[in-house]
Amino acid sequence: MLLIKCPYCEEERPELEFRNAGEAHLVRANPIIEQSDDDFAGFLYFRQNPKGLQFERWRHIHGCGRFFNAVRDSVSDKFLTVYKAGEPRPDVSTLLSPAAAEPAEPPVTKRPRAKKVEVSQ
Amino acid sequence: MSASIHSGSNRIPGAGRLTPAKTVRFTFDGQSLTGLEGDTLASALLANGIHLVGRSFKYHRPRGILSAGSEEPNALVDIERDKSRKQPNVRATVQEIYDGLRVKSQNRWPSLTFDVGALGDVFSPMLPAGFYYKTFMWPKFAWKSIYEPRIRAAAGLGVTPGEPDTDRYSNRFAHCDVLVVGAGAAGLTAALSAASTGANVIICDEQAEPGGALRYESDVIIDGVPGFEWAVAAIAKLCAMDNVTVLTRTTAFGYYAQNFVGLVERISDHLSNPASDMPRERLWQIRAKKVVLATGAIERQMVFANNDRPGVMLASAARIFLNQYGVAIGRKVGVYTSNDSAYAAAIDLKRAGIDVPVIVDTRDNPTPAVVDAARSLDIEVLTGHAVFSAGGKRRVSSMSIQPTRGGSERKVAVDALIMSGGWTPSVHLFSQSRGKVAWDAANERFLPGTYAQDCVSIGACNGTDGLQATLDEAFGAGGGKGKTVVATGGTDWIGGMIGSAPGAGANTTVKAFVDFQNDVTAKDVRLAVREGMHSIEHVKRFTTNGMATDQGKTSNLHGLAIAAEALNRPIPAVGLTTFRAPFTPVTFGAIVNHARHDLFDPTRRTPMHGWHQTQGAAFEDVGQWKRAWYYPQAGEDMHTAVNRECVAVRNQAGIFDASTLGKIEVVGPDSAKFLELLYTNPWEKLGIGRLRYGIMLREDGFIYDDGVVGRLAEDRFHVTTTTGGAPRVMHHMEDYLQTEFPHLDVWLTSTTEQWAVIAVQGPRAREIIAPLVEGIDMSNEAMPHMSVREGTICGVPTRLFRMSFTGETGYEINVPSDYGRAVWEAVYERGKPLGLTPYGTEAMHILRAEKGYIIVGQDTDGTVTPQDAGLTWAIGKNKTDYVGIRGLLRRDLVANGRKQLVGLKTVDPTTVLEEGAQIVANPNQPVPMTMIGHVTSSYWSENCGRSIALALVIDGSKRLGETLYVPMPNGVIEVEVTGTVFFDEKGERLNG
Repeated sequence: MLLIKCPYCEEERPELEFRNAGEAHLVRANPIIEQSDDDFAGFLYFRQNPKGLQFERWRHIHGCGRFFNAVRDSVSDKFLTVYKAGEPRPDVSTLLSPAAAEPAEPPVTKRPRAKKVEVSQ
Repeated sequence: MSASIHSGSNRIPGAGRLTPAKTVRFTFDGQSLTGLEGDTLASALLANGIHLVGRSFKYHRPRGILSAGSEEPNALVDIERDKSRKQPNVRATVQEIYDGLRVKSQNRWPSLTFDVGALGDVFSPMLPAGFYYKTFMWPKFAWKSIYEPRIRAAAGLGVTPGEPDTDRYSNRFAHCDVLVVGAGAAGLTAALSAASTGANVIICDEQAEPGGALRYESDVIIDGVPGFEWAVAAIAKLCAMDNVTVLTRTTAFGYYAQNFVGLVERISDHLSNPASDMPRERLWQIRAKKVVLATGAIERQMVFANNDRPGVMLASAARIFLNQYGVAIGRKVGVYTSNDSAYAAAIDLKRAGIDVPVIVDTRDNPTPAVVDAARSLDIEVLTGHAVFSAGGKRRVSSMSIQPTRGGSERKVAVDALIMSGGWTPSVHLFSQSRGKVAWDAANERFLPGTYAQDCVSIGACNGTDGLQATLDEAFGAGGGKGKTVVATGGTDWIGGMIGSAPGAGANTTVKAFVDFQNDVTAKDVRLAVREGMHSIEHVKRFTTNGMATDQGKTSNLHGLAIAAEALNRPIPAVGLTTFRAPFTPVTFGAIVNHARHDLFDPTRRTPMHGWHQTQGAAFEDVGQWKRAWYYPQAGEDMHTAVNRECVAVRNQAGIFDASTLGKIEVVGPDSAKFLELLYTNPWEKLGIGRLRYGIMLREDGFIYDDGVVGRLAEDRFHVTTTTGGAPRVMHHMEDYLQTEFPHLDVWLTSTTEQWAVIAVQGPRAREIIAPLVEGIDMSNEAMPHMSVREGTICGVPTRLFRMSFTGETGYEINVPSDYGRAVWEAVYERGKPLGLTPYGTEAMHILRAEKGYIIVGQDTDGTVTPQDAGLTWAIGKNKTDYVGIRGLLRRDLVANGRKQLVGLKTVDPTTVLEEGAQIVANPNQPVPMTMIGHVTSSYWSENCGRSIALALVIDGSKRLGETLYVPMPNGVIEVEVTGTVFFDEKGERLNG
């Protein structure tokens, strides 16, 4: 079960309180009625589903009820950041820099080099 | 004779830590046996000289006890407390005995010693890996009906219980600073270190006793006391600390994202008479800031011919049985090893008075110190030798020894044989945490490499060798200040071999087992490679190596090494199969936990539920709601009751509980604008006090929900939704309000449970309720069809809707939920003399179908547009935007050939079509026929005196009057396509 920080409640809460709401930053055209078939198909059907960082929407449905956006690594399930609906898409390169990653996720520790051991065989 | 004799002839006086006086009686396959309190089933059986405990999965070979822990692949038994509390596939090495324990062996018939299925072993040359996949191919139908059921019956594990589990299971969530998994020397040190900083610590161990390897290491001194004593004192110290939780008999089975770890605590499986209120197991879901993995290492077997004979056992297991339980696994025990650690086992056995005729070591030059120690006790040590085969059938009787480079064979008689192929660090949980393992080429083992979470591995599972180094590392991991304690003794975890031993290599045909439980031999793995399985994942699936309940704890590395050798590629290039949760099998009971029966899902009841019960109503489940389905009177079946209810509504009046309808209060200056965007209909010009039927689409243009919306004020709407759709409609509205139209000043509030809704429908509806209503002019002129007024009924505030889902003059009385039953009863008392009849959801469905009113989700299925459903009139013609407006313009949605809603009348009026039945134009065409539609709603209509049906049919609106056909198993039914309204086509009754 994931821990998710709600940017409105400013608190980490268990995944049970949230509902995923699909890909973020899909723009509903205005006026939508004039949108071309291809553009509308892209808006309606085509999704990124990347391996790695994805921008997605969540709703704190059993909490404040607000929709917000998140950047999550689909491989590790790590949240890089969360931000309020309507705020601009964050710059991925800043998120990935070690300084920015620190508060959002635990440090990636590397095992010290294996000690050399006499093998009796 | 000492008392210990009574608990088994192989109990050695003075050895072990159990109390001889505390005896426990249990049965194994009906045989009454005695063990000691603290015994596992395995140690108690061995104490009684029983090695043969089961039959293998595929060949039905006799099998014994391989290990002394949760890695056990062989000794699986069936434990039965009573008919409903039965557990198959219990590892004898994990189950503790208690008075009255009843154990049965598995996978044998008619008995363990004479097993007909063992013929499979004789014919085993005909049963290589993949045999089943290749042989039972034809005829195709036979796989499901003949081959699979028979193979499953012959090759199987235990039998699942036939009755529901009556045990209770509990559940707990916990948070901690440090979770330590494993209470061996490393885990205990880390926990003490972390606890000394004031951190909140949880430490768990799957065993009943702490100590890990300290339970059998006989020469360890920590902080001046023997290792096990130190461990017991350490646990006592931890138990006494307020900031520490100690969980024994608790397995950390799954490591999930963000340091979320699943544990199962076994609470009563070791008790003779658990209290009735005691849960059997407790599921712990722990979120830890930091996880310390001290999971140790698992000893591997040697892969040689007949290494599966009962009595052939891991060396460390023999040490546990001796040093913890005081049990000799045999009286003449041979040793076969490829590393130093088995020497310590041989020395312990010898010192306990057990004959150890020979240590066979595959190495040419073992560590001199261990060889000298063994020889000084008069144990013969043969270096550069191998055991080529074990003799005996139901128990090992001899070992055949040859020099590894070839030479003459020598046979040594033994009654047990212990072996050590070396130690495999237990990286299961680390791997589950999505950490990446790294290949330690020097020691031929996988170790934790790159970590993915805030986690640290210490001790044997981290490849840390030597007790002092382990304690230092563990103390550091706990974050404590100061110095760790001094320790001496203990065996190392290094050395050994992986893959097949001499005599079981390439081009041999002996049965040298890699995976005992799944009966996978070294030659099976080689066969898989020859057959073209070049990835370890394919080898695993072809041979089933590592796929048993033990998940290959002893077999994975051997299988990998043999495959790598056959492929002539280095081990890391062949790769390791993925470790998945659970580490050991977890009961369904622990996972399902409280979510059973009434607690599986909430039940929602309306305020009038009790009244329906007193009237003998039958209920139906609609989502979580219980709804009154029909109200049978004495002697009535469902059909008769429903017909009576339907006729009463059209002739006098009916009363119906509509409280389950979803209700949303839409408030704010931009409310009408918001509804314009969410519904196809126009709302800006809807007058205050007026109602309108609204249709909600998804962006793709398909119908999502429908309902009546009332305008109570310029800035206030009372929106109703379908019963099942209420939560998703609210979610959908919130989504658009928050993210697409945030500029609109609107507030949404779910009021479903705030209002009780009493529908009164029928020609006498007004006459019935008017005397109870105050403050509302209910005349047809003042309050026409589709209007809403606020006032009081029976003195209770009400929103009175004049609307109809039956086609009759009707009202829906909304009152605050708490008054629902009182008002309902008052209305019913008032109306009863006038023929007011309660009707349920079945009559409601028929009455609305007689009028062609759709039910979203029954007559629509997520691919139906308003045009398809004949609701074009509900779309605001001049609107420039609403959700779905663009979707409706899609080519396929405006093309010909769409399925459209029509009515169907069977040519024989007494025939009632089946809902879901397919419709064809020509019943004489060859099968498979071209289906042009299906029946969505179908009923007997007492009011029409015939059957009626609604259907979605291709180009249905152009087919009015056509004859179509519904082919059914008993013949073809002829139907006429009609309009969707079967009763009062002009709709005059609404305005009565």
